[in-house]
Amino acid sequence: MQLPRYHRLRRAYYRLEGSRCPACETSYFPPRGICPSCRAGGLQPRSFSGRGTIYSFSRMHQPPRGFSEVGPYTVGMVRLEEGPLVVAQLTDVDGVEVSIGMPVEMVTRKIRENADNGYIVYGYKFRPRMPLPMALAASPEPEEVVL
Amino acid sequence: MGEHWDRSLRDLAGEAVLETLRDAGTGDVQALYVGNMLAGQLTGQENVATAVADAAGLLPIEAVKIEAACAAGGAAVRAAWLAVASGAHDRVLAVGVEKMTDHFNDSVSAALATAADADYEAAHGISFVALNALLMRRYMHDHGVERRDFAPFSINSHHNAAGNPRAMFRSPIDVDDYMSSPVVADPISILDSAAICDGAAAVMLCPLSEARSYCEDPIRIVASSCATDTVGLAERRDPLVWGAIADSAAAAYAQASVGPDDIDLFELHDAFTIVSALTLEACGFAAPGAGVRLASDGSIGRDGRLPISTLGGLKGRGHPIGASGVYQVVEAFLQLRGAAGAAQIPDVHTAMAQSVGGSGSVAVTHILQN
Repeated sequence: MQLPRYHRLRRAYYRLEGSRCPACETSYFPPRGICPSCRAGGLQPRSFSGRGTIYSFSRMHQPPRGFSEVGPYTVGMVRLEEGPLVVAQLTDVDGVEVSIGMPVEMVTRKIRENADNGYIVYGYKFRPRMPLPMALAASPEPEEVVL
Repeated sequence: MGEHWDRSLRDLAGEAVLETLRDAGTGDVQALYVGNMLAGQLTGQENVATAVADAAGLLPIEAVKIEAACAAGGAAVRAAWLAVASGAHDRVLAVGVEKMTDHFNDSVSAALATAADADYEAAHGISFVALNALLMRRYMHDHGVERRDFAPFSINSHHNAAGNPRAMFRSPIDVDDYMSSPVVADPISILDSAAICDGAAAVMLCPLSEARSYCEDPIRIVASSCATDTVGLAERRDPLVWGAIADSAAAAYAQASVGPDDIDLFELHDAFTIVSALTLEACGFAAPGAGVRLASDGSIGRDGRLPISTLGGLKGRGHPIGASGVYQVVEAFLQLRGAAGAAQIPDVHTAMAQSVGGSGSVAVTHILQN
C-alpha cells in the first residue's frame, strides 16, 4: 500500500472511524464523503465501539499475493453493535471454534508486514471477546490520541 | 477456452473476431468494444482495445475497452447494443477476452481481488473467493441448508459442458467428487468455483432492419440493462439480497415485456455455486432461501423448467473473466438458433444472459429472442 493512501486510511484502520450524516443521521463504516441515503455532503467522523458479533466467517486456504507468506487465516464479517457490517481478519482464534453470533472485539494488529517500501501496515482485526473482568483488567481507559 | 500456453491475449481476441466476421458474412465493422478486466495487471497491456483492433486487422475503427470487473463481457455487449440502438453505428463487434494462465494462482487471486473494495476488503487480505464464502456460510446458516445442497449446481454445469466442444471441463462429476474437492476458502471448494483460464468470444450487432441481409434468422436482443450496488459487500443492508442483480433483471423484464415465467433458459453468472442460488432468487425464479431447491429438484437441468448454464456455464465452460459475459450471449444465441449441437435445449424462444461483477456489485442483463 502506498504511503499517502495508508495515511488517508489511518483513522479508519486504527480506531474504526466511520462517518455520520448530519442531515439524516445515518452512520457508515467505511467512512463516506457523500451520504447515499440523502445525498448530503459534509459527513462528520464517527467512531464505533469495536464490539460486535460474527455475521459470517471463512478459513482462507489460498491467500492472495502479499498475504501468502502467513499461510491460511480466518476472515470474518462482523456486525458492529452500532449496526454496520465490517469485513476483517479474525485473530487469536487458533484452537477456537468460531461460530456465527460469537461476540468479538476490535484489536489493532499488523495487516501486512512486507508492504511496498518496507513499512508495516497496521489496522483492525477482530478477536473473540474476553469475559468482562479480564477485559477490564486488560484495557485501562484509553488516552485520547490525535491521529 | 482453457489453458492456451501458446496463444497471447491478442491471438485469442483476434481469432474470436475473425470467426465472428466469417459467420456474419461481412468484414465491414465500424466499432469494436473489448470486454476485459485484467490485461493491465496480468499482461501489462492497457490500451488493449487498440491492440485487439490492430491484431484483428480492423484499424482504424473506433475501439474502446469496457471494464466492469467480471461483468466486463456483458458490459461490452451492452456498449455495442447502445452504439447500434443510438444510431451511431450500424455494425459493431463486442469481443470479450482474458489471458490469465501466465501467472501463478496467488497473483491471479490478488488481481481478481481488485474487483472487491481496495481499502476495506482486498487490503485486508480478503480474497474474492473468501467474500463469496462468507455469503455461502451465512446462507447455509439462515436457510438451514448444507454444503451438499449446492452440489447440483456444479454437477449440472459439468454435465452440460460435456456437450460443448469448446468447454474447459468436459467430464461429468458426482456428489462424491464435489464433497471431496479441495477447500479454497471454506465452505467454498474447487468444485464450487469457476476456473481461472484463457478465452475469447465475440458477437456482431446490427440494426434488425439490416440483419436479414446477412442471415435469414437473426436473433434479436430485446433487452439490455445494467445496475449497480455497493462495491463493499459489508455495506449492504442484507448481503444475501443482491440488489444490482434484481434491479438489472427487473429492468430487462420491463424492456422485453416478459417475466421470469417467460424465460426458457438462463445463462447466469455461476462463478460460485452460492452466486447461482442468490441470482435465481434475485431474478424472481425462487423465494429467498429457495434458490438451492431449484438445483436439487432438477428445475435447472436440461429437461427442467429453467435450464441454466446450458453449455457448461462459468463453472464447466470456464471463466476467462472479461470473456465470460460475451460467451453467455453467444451461447444464448446458439441455443436460440438451434445451433448448440449436443447441448441444444428444445423449444427455446426467450433466453436470458446475465454477467455479474464484484460481489454482486454490477450486473448486466440481456434478453434475446428468435
